[in-house]
Amino acid sequence: MAQRAQPISGTSGIVAGTCVVAAVLLAFVGIGLRAEPGTGLGPAEGQAIRFTVMQAALSALISVTLAVPLARALARREMPGRTLLVTLLGAPFILPVIVAVLGLLAIFGRKGWVNQVLDILDLPSLSIYGLHGVVLAHVFFNLPLATRLLLQGWQSIPAERFRLAAQLNLPPAMIWRTLEWPLIVRVLPGAAALIFVICLTSFAVALTLGGGPRATTIELAIFQAFRFDFDLSKAAMLSVVQLVLAGGAALLALWVIPAIPLTGGMDRPVQRWDARGGVQRLTDALVIALGAAFLLLPLLSVTLAGLVGLPLMPASVWQAAFVSLWVAALSVAVLLAVALPLAGWIAIRARGSAEAIGLLGLSASPLMIGTGWFILINPIADPVSLSLPVTAIVNALMALPFALRILVPGIREALAGHGRLCLSLGVTGWSAWRWLILPRALPQIGFAAGLTGALSIGDLGVIALFADPDRATLPLQMYRLMGAYQTDAAAGAALLLLMMALVIFWTCDRGARWYAKT
Amino acid sequence: MRRTLLAASLLLASQAGAETPVLTVYAGDYFTSEWGPGPMIETGFEEICNCDLQFSTGDLLPRLLLEGERTKADVVIGLTSDVTARARATGLFAPHGQDNSALTLPIDWTDDTFLPFNYGHTAFIYNETTMEAPPASFDALLEMPDDVKIVIQDPRTSISGLALVLWVQAVYGEASADVWTKLAPKILTVTKDWSASYGLFTDGEADMVLSYTTSPAYHMFAEDDFTKKAALFPEGHYFMVETVAKIAQTQKPELADAFLTYVMSRDFQSMIPTANWSLPSALPQTDWPEGWAQLPLPEKVLFYSETEAAALQAEAIETWRNALSQ
Repeated sequence: MAQRAQPISGTSGIVAGTCVVAAVLLAFVGIGLRAEPGTGLGPAEGQAIRFTVMQAALSALISVTLAVPLARALARREMPGRTLLVTLLGAPFILPVIVAVLGLLAIFGRKGWVNQVLDILDLPSLSIYGLHGVVLAHVFFNLPLATRLLLQGWQSIPAERFRLAAQLNLPPAMIWRTLEWPLIVRVLPGAAALIFVICLTSFAVALTLGGGPRATTIELAIFQAFRFDFDLSKAAMLSVVQLVLAGGAALLALWVIPAIPLTGGMDRPVQRWDARGGVQRLTDALVIALGAAFLLLPLLSVTLAGLVGLPLMPASVWQAAFVSLWVAALSVAVLLAVALPLAGWIAIRARGSAEAIGLLGLSASPLMIGTGWFILINPIADPVSLSLPVTAIVNALMALPFALRILVPGIREALAGHGRLCLSLGVTGWSAWRWLILPRALPQIGFAAGLTGALSIGDLGVIALFADPDRATLPLQMYRLMGAYQTDAAAGAALLLLMMALVIFWTCDRGARWYAKT
Repeated sequence: MRRTLLAASLLLASQAGAETPVLTVYAGDYFTSEWGPGPMIETGFEEICNCDLQFSTGDLLPRLLLEGERTKADVVIGLTSDVTARARATGLFAPHGQDNSALTLPIDWTDDTFLPFNYGHTAFIYNETTMEAPPASFDALLEMPDDVKIVIQDPRTSISGLALVLWVQAVYGEASADVWTKLAPKILTVTKDWSASYGLFTDGEADMVLSYTTSPAYHMFAEDDFTKKAALFPEGHYFMVETVAKIAQTQKPELADAFLTYVMSRDFQSMIPTANWSLPSALPQTDWPEGWAQLPLPEKVLFYSETEAAALQAEAIETWRNALSQ
């Protein structure tokens, strides 16, 4: 396919991509400087690799499969509180893992709500611990992401298509075939690959819900090699295995995505004449109710536990919350500076395989990147004084693949709809960004920024390795509370964390949408 | 005029600041929060040392290994006995110069580099309101019905988890594999670290949790909760110790020595129990804070020296992993 002329060039994107690759490569160079010949990979690591791939593949598959009906129902329904629900549904994704695990176990655990109900009904109790528990937890984390990505796809179908379909009196099955299925094929592989990579790097969740060493993942082996055996070469080797698996999955997924030429619409509000039937209303309501219950009940238990703990929180938690806000803001700034040019570059290419670059940071393991940089920074400056900026940058790297997944379709769509007009008017380069892409893709930019900010608030990141005692982040402070028997106060801190993440997400996401509409 | 005064006083203040020597102490991450022992230690030592004690927190051993000769630490506090071998091998540490015979540990301590400042033992903690018949021995624990659920930590990622596999090794030796097979159905799950396990226990998800003999003390003295008990086994409990050590190349050897002396002082030792929820290393039991002497403690204490532990560790973990992976 011949490259069409585009109003923006890929140069800045290539520069940004090079920076990302360099950041990850440098970390490996740092580790290489200090690594001594280690023990190599044994049968235990082989088992870990097999388990990791299996649980990640299952989790990704089930997450995206369940996301289709949920996103479809949400896309077809306008109901009061829908925007609030969509925002809340995103919350599991940004929860710190330990909080999410305790929340999940409060519902599905041995003494959880589900088993209490089963007990009342005299039914045998369910055990969550095992492979199914790992998958359940990962679906809990990632169903919201898959749903949001699909929902975004649905919203990109121009209203005129549905209008035409309604005029032709197409039944729902035909609408599914002509409008919805092509969209799903375009969005789903990328979403599945992304979730596969997230689950690939899962560690504490997999171990706890997997019920023990059967559920050992590569990331646990990396942690063990680094933290307990201090075998840097083994840790680096495992990290490369993870990188290759993630990269392979991403390339495969991005390669199967068909390069469907997009066309723009007239930005009319979407009306769904096809979904007015009673059966459809009923099934949609049922799907939304089930999805909301699955995702919101654990959050409810986290909230209830947190309310008890809020008054018990020491003042330092608030201080840490302030530090975390600062880190999140810096993360968002770094992310946008890297992701926007990169997404622009990917969007003007016919195939999106370059998006795999975005996965480098996430799949190389933050522990490895943090360690590598520590080794490199140490001879030049005090790593402790740089712990917050480094945490912010690593957090931005972690969020990069999500941001790209969100931004690329938006930019591509803007270029497909108005690129030629821009070219004929001579609006190119920075002007095209300023007048076409940024305004058109503002909702996506807000979504990506909100997600990054929220992820950065909730993630412990690399700060645990070399924290300045006076500048702890909120997640670090929460873990410290948990480690000092202060379970209730820690639950309070977790609730504060959840609230802050949601507010940041809401502000960026809704703010950008609101601004884009006016 | 006023401005000159202000400038002069600022200058004086900064000079005074420059003259106060700084002692940099690396500590575990939990150490310096206000519910950790750090702030009390800082206040206590600064009263006597005419210096500024500054804690620097993080993952102790990885950080020291990464920094090597460039470390800014003068003293390191919080290294546990399972990592002392590795820490010793760096050659970064100097002899502590304290009298080991002043220690009141339940085991014989002869190490001249790593000085214990507090200790505890591994133990399974239960809630007596929900568990009427707790096991009276390790053997009894193995014979408990399988619906009694315990939660433990992973020996590959957690120090207390490692202590557990060494505990089983010390009690059962060659039979460890069978012991793990018997325990496996009772193990609800394995967590990455102690906090997650303890959270599961306090949430009621598990009946027993692998923790320390001193855990009930926290509930008793900080929460007035007398329902949490440690199950004491006649087979013995594994000993866990935290140490303090001096960096050989420190520019402030006198201050570092003064700090080690302070660690052994009655002042420091008597605040350890409530500050770190742990037992003091150099204080006779009769001098422990009120109530602590009544804390039930094991009669028999098991411990592997760092060389023995290093020799056993890999195989013990592999035995554990194999039995629990079935």
